[in-house]
Amino acid sequence: MTTIPYTTETREDTGLFNAKLGIWLFLASEVMLFGGLFSAYIFLRLGAADWPRGASILSVPIATFNTLVLISSSVTMVMSWASLMGKQLARARLYLGLTVVLALVFLVVKSVEYSDKFSHHLYPSSSTFLAIYFTLTGLHALHVLGGVVVNSYFLFPGSKMWETDPERFTNRIEIAGLYWHFVDLVWIFLFPVLYLL
Amino acid sequence: MSSATQNVESHTRTYLFVFGALAVLTVVTVTVGSLSLPVGLAILVALVIAGLKGSLVAAFFMHLISEQKPIFWLLIVTLFLLLALFGLFIAAFYDAGGIAHVA
Repeated sequence: MTTIPYTTETREDTGLFNAKLGIWLFLASEVMLFGGLFSAYIFLRLGAADWPRGASILSVPIATFNTLVLISSSVTMVMSWASLMGKQLARARLYLGLTVVLALVFLVVKSVEYSDKFSHHLYPSSSTFLAIYFTLTGLHALHVLGGVVVNSYFLFPGSKMWETDPERFTNRIEIAGLYWHFVDLVWIFLFPVLYLL
Repeated sequence: MSSATQNVESHTRTYLFVFGALAVLTVVTVTVGSLSLPVGLAILVALVIAGLKGSLVAAFFMHLISEQKPIFWLLIVTLFLLLALFGLFIAAFYDAGGIAHVA
């Protein structure tokens, strides 16, 4: 049986293990994906004769709460990795579990926001602002959901790797964390752009 | 106390400090957003604060502060392409007549 190289040891040419280079390449493509949609936002806003302030349609207090939830989840995610670096699996799983819970809180709050809009007959087809709002936040929510799936895997079945290859498992949590922090970073820009401006 | 445990505690302090800074900057963003600033200034301030928050996340949570050179090159190319994309959209808008065309 052949083993996958550079899962824990770093390559001489890049100074990185392969998964780290891989996730950064993936994140670069994600920057362009969200960048394309941000470009569309700029284009639509510049081209609109009238553009509503986000706060006149959306709830700023709810979005502020969700921003703090997502920032907190970034802290728990990085604490999970730091705990593994300190060889504390139980503590790492606790922080990873908190990350999943906070991500679910974010999604529940987001769905409440969506339901509120729908109950007022505000749909993506209602206005250009709502179209780009639902597109950007919907795509972001799908990324949050993806993070929940990956982190839940590492929280339960995936954590068995700790017994056989702890260094590789630690690297996996670092990689999952890089993705999760990117999701947080995207929201940091979405929040003022959609809700405050 | 082992060096690994000391390292974790040192990391923890940094992460909590960054969390505090992000929370404060979030409140600042909302406060500034509630002021009736001119649109151009409001956009500038909001994006500067968001940029600062994003930099803190990237530098400390994503460990860019201690990352290898290939990652930086990758990010420089990505940011260049992102700015080029924004530039193309804005150029296309003004090429079609800009604000006057809309009005």
